[in-house]
Amino acid sequence: MTTAQPPSLDSQQPPCTAQPASANPDQCGSCTPPQTTRRGFLKAGGMLSLSSLMGTAALMTQSDDAHAAAEWAEHFQKNYRLMTDEEKNEARLRLEKRYSAEYGKAVSVDTTGPQAGVLMGYALNIRKCIGCRRCVHACVAENNQSRGTRPGEKIEWIQVLRMERGKFEQEKMDHGYPEGLGIQVGGNAYTPAGQVLEGQFHYNPPAVPEKDATYMPIACMQCEKPPCVKVCPVRTTYREGDGPVVIDYNWCIGCRMCMGACPYWARRINLTTPVLPKAEMNPVTHYLGNRPRMRGVVEKCHWCLQRTRQGRYPACVEVCPVGARKFGNLLDPESEVSKILARKNIFRLKAELNTFPKFFYFYD
Amino acid sequence: MQQLIRFATDYIGYVLKGGTRFYAWMGSLAALIVCMLYVFYLQNTEGLIVTGMTSQIHDGLYFANLVFLVGVAAGAVTIVFPAYVYHHEGMHKVSVLGEMLAITAVIMVMVFVFAHMGRPDRLWHMIPPWGIYSFSAMLGWDVLVLNGYLFLNFICGFYYLWCKYTGNPINKKWFIPLVYVAIVWALSIHTVTAFLIATMPSRPMWHHSMMPIRFICTAFAAGPALIILIFMIIRKNTKFWIDDSAIKLLSTIVTWCLGLAIFLTLSEVVVELYARTEHANGLFYLMFGLHGLTGLVPWFWTAVILMVGAFILFLTPSVRNNMKLLPIPCGMAFVGIWIEKGMGLIVPGFIPSPIGEVTEYYPTFVEWLMTAGIWAFGFFILTILLKGAIGILLGDIKCGSTAAAAK
Repeated sequence: MTTAQPPSLDSQQPPCTAQPASANPDQCGSCTPPQTTRRGFLKAGGMLSLSSLMGTAALMTQSDDAHAAAEWAEHFQKNYRLMTDEEKNEARLRLEKRYSAEYGKAVSVDTTGPQAGVLMGYALNIRKCIGCRRCVHACVAENNQSRGTRPGEKIEWIQVLRMERGKFEQEKMDHGYPEGLGIQVGGNAYTPAGQVLEGQFHYNPPAVPEKDATYMPIACMQCEKPPCVKVCPVRTTYREGDGPVVIDYNWCIGCRMCMGACPYWARRINLTTPVLPKAEMNPVTHYLGNRPRMRGVVEKCHWCLQRTRQGRYPACVEVCPVGARKFGNLLDPESEVSKILARKNIFRLKAELNTFPKFFYFYD
Repeated sequence: MQQLIRFATDYIGYVLKGGTRFYAWMGSLAALIVCMLYVFYLQNTEGLIVTGMTSQIHDGLYFANLVFLVGVAAGAVTIVFPAYVYHHEGMHKVSVLGEMLAITAVIMVMVFVFAHMGRPDRLWHMIPPWGIYSFSAMLGWDVLVLNGYLFLNFICGFYYLWCKYTGNPINKKWFIPLVYVAIVWALSIHTVTAFLIATMPSRPMWHHSMMPIRFICTAFAAGPALIILIFMIIRKNTKFWIDDSAIKLLSTIVTWCLGLAIFLTLSEVVVELYARTEHANGLFYLMFGLHGLTGLVPWFWTAVILMVGAFILFLTPSVRNNMKLLPIPCGMAFVGIWIEKGMGLIVPGFIPSPIGEVTEYYPTFVEWLMTAGIWAFGFFILTILLKGAIGILLGDIKCGSTAAAAK
């Protein structure tokens, strides 16, 4: 397991958007946002929308004033991309305060922007993957996914597909269809052999790797031409400057068009308020990344922005016991990913759809 | 202005007058609407988990009804088009009723959008200047054309009624061009709705260019089928007489659009199942089931029987020309298309999922109640609109002599 810094990210300049480095809500206690609240309220005041009614309801029913005020103000904030740095900071402080109160620990919400000269890329060695799904579990823990037990409450961004190796058999030589007449228009001598995307991710063997299976992990491909972004009616999901496709959870209307458009089934809808036990909540978050989501919005992999923008590897890369997962800067010819692209046999999933993923599969 | 207020009060006064049967009808609809409001509250406190939708199959009954009702709204043009382009006498008399149906259907579509959304409280994010309007999103275009269609029908319908009410002649200079715009616009709403799902290569079941014309065909069968049923009810329960010629023309339109729809469905079956690629899995699931899951198979075959049966009945002269029997194939066509274009089209688009997972979707009681409530809401509005419109057409609501004198 590697804990080394990715050299590619390390060598870059510091983040271009200057933000107060941290995020301890206790320190920021004085900069509460009553002004914002009022301003936001006035701005949207003329509009009779359900949100205002619900906000009022929240104000009236909730005993926790800070929580209610924060939620109230959140209802009127702008799309993250259109916020000024000042507004981003206000939104950040508001969230830090609300999350800290909610989860009983100091939660930080990072707003670090894309770094100059960085284009994130990912490569996965499918020869090495043993199907242990440690990446799935590390991802859930890192990214504050919902852990409920009811159907629809459990969310995992990574799926490891188990593919049967399949084989051709001598005994089946004469089987064909129409059955009983010998081979007519086709034979049945095969069992599923390497059929892409007929896999199964609900497998539970006593030990991995299994003899008769291969594994194919899938998550968001961070496409260069993401179909999900194209169909979003409110522009809440978009491609960040350094590559990942992100979502402003506070702007998402939950129409789920993006989920329909994604050819890799990378997106999940929060059917209910995510089940996130206080003790298990990861307090180091990013606004566009792993901060706790709310009911009714869509979420997906964002290559651990809270880590990668601070020069660390995504959780799945760090945890992979066989080193199948590689991450780095595509613009840096010396990065691991660039070297893999230059030297290995690589392919992208569903390349015919012209989505141009920045997630590559390779094998030695 | 005074006249406008008088129009409103006369209109409301007329609509409110009714017998026990009228109030029983409206009362039962209102009860369903209350149920709808309750489950809407439930969906927005508990979340969409109270529905049968999942991350795999995330569009269900609501989206299916939404797509179908856009078709009903567009279907109203089957009255307006013959009335204004072919100057069909019988149709011209009732064209305003078609506009009222269009208004109702579009409103129902919007309520279904609310039911479908995960965060209806954030709907304003779509509306400039507060929100963002995305020109690259088909859903944005759909919202735009639907609102435009609602506006056009509202203007055309109520301006016509207004003129009938006041006795003023219609100003044809702008009215007729507006009607023509509305006719073309009707095609646009359903075309864009078809684009909404047909522009996703991730869902091979929907990803073909036949989708818009298939939508239009089924819409122009289901829409007028419903209109014929409504006309029959109006003829039976009010003094307003609708010409046989109008109903006959409508049933001819239903027949041939239904025939085309069946033809297009069969074409799809042949093209997809002959090659039987993985892209045909959705259709295969719909028709025969996949990996032992057969949830939609009865739906599909019911739709086929209803549609083909209705087509045969429509072609039989003894049924087609018998006003007592005609509602039977109309009802069959309407229900058949509701299934084929709703559950039968939307749900199998998600089965299997893009990574090959086969799961099933069963609407929950909450979803059925919501759907029933929204349909009740639609009928509630439709009853009011049609009653008012008929009152004006009959001359029961008319500009009083005092108002005329003041003018």
